[in-house]
Amino acid sequence: MSTLTLEDVAVRYSKRGVSALAGYSDVILPGEWLGLIGPNGAGKSSLLKAIAGLVRSDGRLAVDGVVLDDLNDRSRAALVAYVAQDPLIPNDMTTREYVLLGRTPYIGYFGSPTRADHRVVDDVLERLRLGEFADRLLGELSGGERQRIVLARALAQQAPILLLDEPTSALDIGHQQQALELVAELRRTERITVISALHDLTLAGTYTDRLVMLHHGDVVAAGDAAEVLTADRLGKIYNVCVTVEVDVDELGNRQVVVVPRRGFPAP
Amino acid sequence: MSSLATGSEQASPARGPLRDGVWFTGAAAVLLAAIVFGSSIGPAGPDWWRVPLELLNRLPLIDFDSGVTDGEWAIVWKIRMPRVILGGLVGGMLSIAGAAYQGVFRNPLVDPYLLGAAAGAGLGATIGLTIGRSATSGWPIDPVPAIAFVFAVATVMVTYTVGAAFGGSRTGVTLVLAGVAVVSFTSAIQAFILQRNLDVIREVTRWLLGSLTRSSWADVRLVLPYVAFSSLVLIMHRRHLDVFRVGDEEAATLGVSVPRTRLVIVVAATLGTAAVVSVSGLIGFVGLVVPHVVRLIAGAGHRRLLPLSMMGGAAFMILADVPGRMLTRPAETPIGIVTAFVGAPFFLYLLRTRRVGA
Repeated sequence: MSTLTLEDVAVRYSKRGVSALAGYSDVILPGEWLGLIGPNGAGKSSLLKAIAGLVRSDGRLAVDGVVLDDLNDRSRAALVAYVAQDPLIPNDMTTREYVLLGRTPYIGYFGSPTRADHRVVDDVLERLRLGEFADRLLGELSGGERQRIVLARALAQQAPILLLDEPTSALDIGHQQQALELVAELRRTERITVISALHDLTLAGTYTDRLVMLHHGDVVAAGDAAEVLTADRLGKIYNVCVTVEVDVDELGNRQVVVVPRRGFPAP
Repeated sequence: MSSLATGSEQASPARGPLRDGVWFTGAAAVLLAAIVFGSSIGPAGPDWWRVPLELLNRLPLIDFDSGVTDGEWAIVWKIRMPRVILGGLVGGMLSIAGAAYQGVFRNPLVDPYLLGAAAGAGLGATIGLTIGRSATSGWPIDPVPAIAFVFAVATVMVTYTVGAAFGGSRTGVTLVLAGVAVVSFTSAIQAFILQRNLDVIREVTRWLLGSLTRSSWADVRLVLPYVAFSSLVLIMHRRHLDVFRVGDEEAATLGVSVPRTRLVIVVAATLGTAAVVSVSGLIGFVGLVVPHVVRLIAGAGHRRLLPLSMMGGAAFMILADVPGRMLTRPAETPIGIVTAFVGAPFFLYLLRTRRVGA
């Protein structure tokens, strides 16, 4: 249960280059799911990497008042877990060995995993219904299973903030939904704060509490799905022809559906 | 699928240490057998089967007549044994360093010579054998290993500095490419020196092909501290090497300081490699292939891979040295030729029969 505060966070990859992310400020509350959307190169991954400490950033990043840049690598990893867009998954590692890597921030430099670390791994594997894969090699598993195992590793990290960079881009629609449902369940049960970059706008609108649309490193829209995902804005930012429909179910829940149409967007 | 993968499917954390124990005991037994065998075979000395008996006889509380005379024992203990032990140290060090290099750069084609340890040692030896030999003919010790060691370490330092300056030490790829450039440059200097000193080509070539011919207990004492220190540091980083397998970026988000940890591992592997190369010359192939063989047999986790590579590499080198001294008597076949001759087909056989590319 932690609040993530961002004050004027900016990322610039070279001294003379254009900034990948202009000053971004936000407060992300415990248990909130923030969705980052925007075309390729908009700054979504840069923002996630800045929070994870993978790129140098200006501004201030704090979890419950603790400034992340003041922490050492291990303490930071205990607060922020990160799942890369295309994680490197060693084929000859077992599921259990891989998930155990999530305990790295809690193991001393020359230490070994303790019984407690193994218990956390067993618990995570059970909760994600991965027990049957525990001693299987990762190379033998399907794409959907591997995605769940990557999430399991991040979960074993027991960090209150979970960053997901395009977690479902390599999955079919069924596995996409399963992975996102899993994240939704986890943040409900564990009160994890989730920040994810998502390409599928309908899924982004469906699963997240709040969307932030980035373009060329700037925020162009922020709010709930119905506010952010308008046909006009999507046409301009993505240079695409879409219609946006809002479905309301019997419980009154609104779902924003973005449907691509043939043709070129109006100039 | 191989039976090995089936074995790992049945693994459980409770049985993990037990299974490690079985592996380590097995490897130690193979190594011990290699030491006994290596010290039993030679062109002169006692009948081969008497040597194991005499070794037993030398143990405390055991006393019987093995039929080995004092003169024969001197051949075994003063000539063969240091050569066997030094061979074991060289093979073990090259193999564990190779496993560590492959792990830290996540590159299966890497060997401990990647960042210039071999090229630097080669240049140092060339300089030592040409410019230095006449100037140091009266010295009580041979300066060539010392010069080779210094050049090996210095070359890797240059590679690391250049790689870190150009690409930042966050990316292993830049370091590998810097290694390629520095190795080429170093080899060019060496070739230039050789071309101007044709009289030492024969000696330099023999050094480059590697040899344990002139091993003594003094060499063992010289190399042992480096090998012990380096391999200890590497084994203590076994868990970090496992984390490196998921990539630099993810390793960083798991709390590993990637540039610093990589530097520590490279320094440890380089120090040990430079030390053994300076006394044995450039014995190729061992550091590349032994870790792969161990991976195929016992799995890729570094907790097992590093100690098993060390013991397996030591046993392999000791055994590979035997045909070298027996085949072309009284001349010797350089051990580098034997390691490649024996190792390459064996490696291909393993690739064919086990799972490949895992």
